[in-house]
Amino acid sequence: MPFWAEMVGVPRTLAVEFPFGHILGHPGRNAQQLDVILEALNVLEIAKQPGLIFHSEKRWGENVRIAIEKWQPDVPSPVINLMSGRIRELIKNSKERKNKL
Amino acid sequence: MTIDSFKYLPRIISYYYKTTAIKSTKEIPWQTIKKPLSECRFGLVTSGGLFDRTIDPPFDVEREKVEPTWGDPTYRKISNDIKQQNMGVSHLHINPVDIISDFNILLPIHRFVELENENIIGSLSRFSYSFMGYQGFPPNTASWEERYATEVAEAFIKDGVDCVLLTPS
Repeated sequence: MPFWAEMVGVPRTLAVEFPFGHILGHPGRNAQQLDVILEALNVLEIAKQPGLIFHSEKRWGENVRIAIEKWQPDVPSPVINLMSGRIRELIKNSKERKNKL
Repeated sequence: MTIDSFKYLPRIISYYYKTTAIKSTKEIPWQTIKKPLSECRFGLVTSGGLFDRTIDPPFDVEREKVEPTWGDPTYRKISNDIKQQNMGVSHLHINPVDIISDFNILLPIHRFVELENENIIGSLSRFSYSFMGYQGFPPNTASWEERYATEVAEAFIKDGVDCVLLTPS
């Protein structure tokens, strides 16, 4: 995701709007995987300065809600278990602050 | 068209990322490509938590379960002739079903072998490498920077690798 590429400082990035854990595409769809790789190789050739992020036009083609559900683990990760209550509270407080403004 | 980094993330994880990420102030590493792709040797690195179940242990997710703010910083070396059924996934933050079905969605060994056979790239390094992307809360990548990433980079240099594709997860 370009957010992290920018935060970390990646030399060259092809940003692809695919779900987490599926950066090259669907399992078994070799042509789709190859298309993404060829686009990344093109970025490798044309990027002329560090930190450039190229945004792919490719789209996942599946309902967003379903795709989000599918990539997530059956059991929430330990840190999500640990932090979820606190984060939900922060989101709620943030919304309340916005509503007051 | 600009893509949305958070489109496929639950709201709680988006918030977690947006409020905890700190932009690096380090200079971005850079090397120009000195020859055509058809002459370049490629290496593959993923942070998908992959490992060869016949050779290596999983990443230490048992410790992560006990210490949720810690993530295993080590890596696994994976031979390019690994069979699909021998590829393990130890990553508590993703559903591994699709990777177990086809590891090329994260570590595209077979696609790069095809590119090598078609002379689109020069060659693929015999070994690929996997890290496990979760590095604690807040993220601590010191071990990657000081030891493990250096070891992988040195292995690639020794093998004559010109370019590396990193596929994150």
